[in-house]
Amino acid sequence: MKCFSRYLPYIFRPPSVLFSSSCHTEADIISTVEFNSTGELLATGDKGGRVVVFQREQESKNQPHRRGEYNVYSTFQSHEPEFDYLKSLEIEEKINKIRWLPQQNAAYFLLSTNDKTVKLWKISERDKRPEGYNLKDEDGRIRDPATITTLRVPVVRPMDLMVEATPRRVFSNAHTYHINSISVNSDYETFMSTDDLRINLWNLEITNRSFNIVDIKPANMEELTEVITAAEFHPHQCNTFVYSSSKGSIRLCDMRASALCDNHSKFFEEPEDPSNRSFFSEIISSISDVKFSHSGRYLMTRDYLTVKVWDLNMESQPLETYQVHDYLRSKLCSLYENDCIFDKFECVWNGSDSVIMTGSYNNFFRMFDRNTKRDVTLEASRENSKPRAILKPRKVCVGGKRRKDEISVDSLDFSKKILHTAWHPYENIIAVAATNNLYIFQDKVN
Amino acid sequence: TKLDDSKMAGAEGDDSLYPIAVLIDELRNEDVQLRLNSIKKLSTIALALGVERTRTELLPFLTDTIYDEDEVLLALAEQLGSFTVLVGGPEFVHNLLPPLESLATVEETVVRDKAVESLRKISQEHSPVDLEVHFVPLVKRLASGDWFTSRTSACGLFSVCYPRVSSTVKAEIRQHFRTLCSDDTPMVRRAAASKLGEFAKVLELDYVKSDIIPLFTALASDEQDSVRLLAVEAGVSIATLLPQEDLEALVMPTLRQAAEDKSWRVRYMVADKFSELQKAVGPEITKTDLVPAFQNLLKDCEAEVRAAAANKVKVFCENLPEDSRETIIMTHILPCVKELVSDTNQHVKSALASVIMGLSTILGKDNTVEHLLPLFLVQLKDECPEVRLNIISNLDCVNEVIGIRQLSQSLLPAIVELAEDAKWRVRLAIIEYMPLLAGQLGVEFFDEKLNSLCMAWLIDHVFAIREAATCNLMKLVEKFGAEWAQNTIVPKVLGMANDSNYLHRMTTLFCINALSGVCGQEITTKHMLPVVLKMSTDQVANVRFNVARCLQKIGPVLDSSALQAEVKPVLEKLATDQDMDVKYFALEAISVLALA
Repeated sequence: MKCFSRYLPYIFRPPSVLFSSSCHTEADIISTVEFNSTGELLATGDKGGRVVVFQREQESKNQPHRRGEYNVYSTFQSHEPEFDYLKSLEIEEKINKIRWLPQQNAAYFLLSTNDKTVKLWKISERDKRPEGYNLKDEDGRIRDPATITTLRVPVVRPMDLMVEATPRRVFSNAHTYHINSISVNSDYETFMSTDDLRINLWNLEITNRSFNIVDIKPANMEELTEVITAAEFHPHQCNTFVYSSSKGSIRLCDMRASALCDNHSKFFEEPEDPSNRSFFSEIISSISDVKFSHSGRYLMTRDYLTVKVWDLNMESQPLETYQVHDYLRSKLCSLYENDCIFDKFECVWNGSDSVIMTGSYNNFFRMFDRNTKRDVTLEASRENSKPRAILKPRKVCVGGKRRKDEISVDSLDFSKKILHTAWHPYENIIAVAATNNLYIFQDKVN
Repeated sequence: TKLDDSKMAGAEGDDSLYPIAVLIDELRNEDVQLRLNSIKKLSTIALALGVERTRTELLPFLTDTIYDEDEVLLALAEQLGSFTVLVGGPEFVHNLLPPLESLATVEETVVRDKAVESLRKISQEHSPVDLEVHFVPLVKRLASGDWFTSRTSACGLFSVCYPRVSSTVKAEIRQHFRTLCSDDTPMVRRAAASKLGEFAKVLELDYVKSDIIPLFTALASDEQDSVRLLAVEAGVSIATLLPQEDLEALVMPTLRQAAEDKSWRVRYMVADKFSELQKAVGPEITKTDLVPAFQNLLKDCEAEVRAAAANKVKVFCENLPEDSRETIIMTHILPCVKELVSDTNQHVKSALASVIMGLSTILGKDNTVEHLLPLFLVQLKDECPEVRLNIISNLDCVNEVIGIRQLSQSLLPAIVELAEDAKWRVRLAIIEYMPLLAGQLGVEFFDEKLNSLCMAWLIDHVFAIREAATCNLMKLVEKFGAEWAQNTIVPKVLGMANDSNYLHRMTTLFCINALSGVCGQEITTKHMLPVVLKMSTDQVANVRFNVARCLQKIGPVLDSSALQAEVKPVLEKLATDQDMDVKYFALEAISVLALA
């Protein structure tokens, strides 16, 4: 296991604002984490509808050890709680997903979504301001109009850097159910938003119209057996996307074939093992996240107990299956009673698609090296987060005698779950959201 | 000297300066609307500052204000396009380039497009030397910019400078355009593809063949279908530039491939641009290539493509070479059209229904009766109301060729069904065609079959329908005359004044509002006025105040004795009504009719 600490020996002191750990409110719980395409920025969204953007500090000669530390760049309120008066429904402000747009000019753009509304935000810098008025003097006192004998044109002068977040577009009123995913297309022109039963395609510049590309709503809602749990565009092929379902299957659709993609072009599903069948089979096979690899060749899916890698060219079974926390199989009954069985864990690829990462309980998160087939359990906690301390692998004891450094299954804390993680697009830097804390780990320098 | 004069006036101080000072300060007001107002009066500010200060102070300030709201930036981009005289004329026009260059890199497409439009405009005001010294370097900077916003903007500027520069610079411009056509980002390739046709137009024919054709071929086989579909339009433009003998070798292979593209969006684009394509390639290629391609598009597996093609059926047939038009339509197009009439997708059927009637003028009476009429009849019975509506709304084409009587047997049930459709928008649509139908079918047919429908709409439960029905009655009276009105509709309308439902009683008033003018003084005074006056004692206040409004409306139609003797006392009584709205409208009517 030791090989894995190679990836993550350092912990960086996290930004102070996010770390009011002793008494945090529900609103502070991080609900999504996402790096931008260069890894220079990292955005988090929380249950309070806020988005916090971190910027990686430029390398400086004076403080070489501070290389790559992420600092708060911009914080803004993306969504507010709302009330749908027609349906008497409260709409939470919780940010379900954040996706960065490819950079198009000096400003940065991201999409954030709650259950119903997607917003496009612009984050830009300003370091100049105009000075000088005609009708007031330098101190802001109004001038007597009679004393104005010449016209003054304002002069632009440098000022302290200011980062502004401005809402550019609001994409609303297109979802009857809760939005679970958004994904930006590689054509730089469109994105899709997915709810439980439908997928809509939007042009980034048009907010009053979207196209429905998938609709699995049955005519009679009593016949509903399956919902869409996540969807994503292919990283390079603008016509291809996948969506996963609560029944554990993944469908790949080709938008070239027809305008409405109700007929998939590929269907990935693993045949069920009848010997393992139980009351919980269907619940635990529900896919909580689906991600294309950077190369576009593979798909990764996460269900309750495993993470699977699929080859796009093989629909019959996954290429690789990794057990995330198989020791929970015997505890499904109590996990069902406390609703934990419905937790939606996400999963991420590293930059070269060779390692995958996903979360677990007790602030544990797991990594699997696809080449060496080794895996590791790490813990995100304040106690072991001393600067530059190497993360120690953790081990959960399954029955039998518990060794000194092991933790018993029964003492796992199920309220501390790591649902959201992110991996820098090409470096070994990871961001791990543990309730209201964001941990950013980085591999060893040199 | 005019500019100098205003500057002189400014130097004397005081009154004339103050409004300008306000405008300048409001360029930075917190209120967007005020900033916008100021920007829109930028020429006034520039005029007051004079050309020198505009160049040295105002423009640098504007160059740095690209942080503002889109609408302000849009207005600024537009203003700068006609600013040449304010910076001192063509000699100084290049001073406008820096702010427009900044605006051409913002993320908002409308602003960028407007900046490009203004740049194109002022490029014409550059001397050939200035063009090479100032304008072309700007285009190159944008074309090699780091961000794709600037590169997309560059695509629109090549064609305006190309014709007026030296051959060395021309070669550079062609090279830059080539580079952008193979840019990494699809955004830029799309911008290049959409400007390819325009750029081809300014190029020498040899370069069209040596440069543009390879670019066109490459863009038309781009991996992204969003790029490929834009190449279709470019292909149409390029085809118009090439001599007929080159088309087959240089353009047609690519266009054929586009018509059979794997992506339905590309095929849709081909269908959508089919008429332009037909004009560009000429009659021979139309016969050999486009007819089979059109047949395939009409049979496409994607409904969106079939609908786009169906929309083009009439225009395509119209533009077929005259010598073989009828044969082609009868043997190649009509069989496909017949299939589309029973398409599974209602958008396809309704697209077809909106143009199919136009074929009758092309095919003449006999073919229409034999081949088209059965199709019209099928569509008139279609389950989708939009299809039926589209047929009905285009009846005039058929009327000219075979007369509407041939259709009336099937028409009537279709109309009745639409008139009673559960969706009020469908009912509304058919009401709007009533006057047209009435005109074509004649008064007897109308009285016999349609009159009762028109009256039934007056008591529809949706207000928009009752309102449209009222307006419809007025148009019918315009067609059939006052006497017809008095005999057929006025009695029924006035009968509703005694209805127990106050909404129906109000409909009587609304009808009178609409009809009094077209029915004339006699009918209004003799038949309508007594009913209105009687309703002034209605127990519902809404009815009473509508009586006041109705009297105000019909007042001008009445003679003065009726006004004084009958209307005035009633309005005076209503003016003392206990309901404040009734009072208000009664007083308003008294003052408008000058009865006080």
